[in-house]
Amino acid sequence: MSTQADAAQGTAMHSQSSRSRTINRRVTHTILHIILIIAGFTFLVPFMWVLSTSLKRSAEVFVSPIQWIPRDPQWHNYVEIFGLLPLGLFIRNTLVVSVFGTIGVLLSSLFVGYSLARLRWPGRDVIFVMLLATMMLPEAVLLIPQFVMFRQLGWLDTFLPLIVPSWFGWAFYIFLMRQFMMGIPYELDEAARIDGASNFRILWQLILPNSKAVIATIAIFSFLAHYNDFMAPLIFLSSNDNFTIALGLYWLSGRWGRSWHLVMAASMVTLAPIVALFFAAQRYFVQGIQFSGIAGR
Amino acid sequence: MKGITPPMSQQLTGQTRKVSGVRLREWRDGWLFALPYILGLLLYWLGPMGYSLFLTTQKWDMLTSPTWVGLQNYGRLLQDPLLGTSLWNTAYYTFLSVPLKLILALALAMALNQGLSGQSTYRTIFYLPSITPAVAAAVVWSQIFNPEFGVVNGILRIFGVAPIKWLFIPALAKPVFIFISLWGIGPQMVILLAGLQNIPRQLLEAAEIDGAGPWSRFLYVTLPMISPSLFFNLVIGIIGSFQVFTTAFILTRGGPQNATLFLVLYLYQNGFNWFKMGYAATVSWLLFAIIMVFTLLQLKLSGSWVYYEAGA
Repeated sequence: MSTQADAAQGTAMHSQSSRSRTINRRVTHTILHIILIIAGFTFLVPFMWVLSTSLKRSAEVFVSPIQWIPRDPQWHNYVEIFGLLPLGLFIRNTLVVSVFGTIGVLLSSLFVGYSLARLRWPGRDVIFVMLLATMMLPEAVLLIPQFVMFRQLGWLDTFLPLIVPSWFGWAFYIFLMRQFMMGIPYELDEAARIDGASNFRILWQLILPNSKAVIATIAIFSFLAHYNDFMAPLIFLSSNDNFTIALGLYWLSGRWGRSWHLVMAASMVTLAPIVALFFAAQRYFVQGIQFSGIAGR
Repeated sequence: MKGITPPMSQQLTGQTRKVSGVRLREWRDGWLFALPYILGLLLYWLGPMGYSLFLTTQKWDMLTSPTWVGLQNYGRLLQDPLLGTSLWNTAYYTFLSVPLKLILALALAMALNQGLSGQSTYRTIFYLPSITPAVAAAVVWSQIFNPEFGVVNGILRIFGVAPIKWLFIPALAKPVFIFISLWGIGPQMVILLAGLQNIPRQLLEAAEIDGAGPWSRFLYVTLPMISPSLFFNLVIGIIGSFQVFTTAFILTRGGPQNATLFLVLYLYQNGFNWFKMGYAATVSWLLFAIIMVFTLLQLKLSGSWVYYEAGA
């Protein structure tokens, strides 16, 4: 009897507390939404600024208060910018560097990652420790010696210093690949090996099709890294014809610094492909970041 | 049946021979497949690092041949006032920007972990800035903080604040850089959000039943559970922050009055503006030493605050 009464009382109390909890929850959520909307808006201001300024007349840039929506959008700013700068050439150069660099990153991380994850060979653990160590090393240390090295090789002002290093593998991407490949069931390799398949065939026909998610992630991050890179092009490229778009934008902002509407149009041209890529492949971005975060454990 | 199956002994030896053949092939392929990275390690890391160590003992302008100066470059480190300034600037920037970024990223991640509607839209918005090209971002920020027509002064004007010359005032330039760095917290936020989502629900519920309020749940359950993600972000954040370059190179070139002369920018100037390759290499080794000390220190300290689940 008494337990039944207790239970009844318990449910009554529970439903009351759950109702107040729903109200509480609703209030918290509303407050959170307000905070997040303000924060999100702040994060987007620079993007809105680029877009808005890129469509203004030169004089309108300096008008105060700021006109966020230009009265008469100057779309021809974009035409003008392609006339002022060999933007097409810069985009082509950037694509050459990004695509060939990314192919190198993908191939090297596939092979090295596979070797570290699924083949047993003497010295493997040493190499893996070195891999972890280079992930922690500041790349700025290599600035001077690499410049001297590429100068010695006669590679300055070519795309080679921006592409070739990628073919030797980036530690972080190899690491991601290894971590991912460790998760693929080993029975696959065993079975194929008993059937006499070579390691190359196992990688190509069994592991590769099972690693599409991580390959997509690495491809996107590597493309982005090559596309966004500023320091390496700044140091290794000197003639205008070889500029990447990041370097071209820097050059433009120094030269046409007062024509903000044009600089912003060029910034927009630089940003647009990356933003488009981001929206097209958002899943892989988030996945990749989570991979890296979990890898940190 | 009997005829088909070979005698036991023969089967065994046959298998051992085959296994060792496979094992040998595995050795060979293991090395072969890892060769690009092994070569890269030698050609791209160890070789250049060794060479750079050699350069620290040289005076070299890249036009004439290098001359041996012994430890002179190291001696100059101690007397160079600009190096002192750049060290101070870098430390100021790192030790304010990294914790602030982490706190803001955690706050946003916690907000996004409440099961709000539109969670992925918010996540997209907060993540987007971190993938924008640094050059474009720097160019845009230089305008946003422009004293005449920038957004920041535009907003402040509404509240009756007179225009401020942000990046032209030494005392304000570094805080502006820290503010700009907050724009790029997307990756940290996503990592922390993943960490938060991995906390078992029943753990938080159990704490609540035991009478733990929101604050103590955060302090004694949430924080320890995401401490590996925090640690990862802290290590990576400090390494990255010590190497801040592009924003300063474009926005201020180290000015005003060297207030944003960061270590890598100073290294760049020595090497590529003044062609002091020997000294630049020495500065880069100083940077290397500092980052290593901080990373190792954090690894050592991590034992006392980072919680790893058994078996994880």
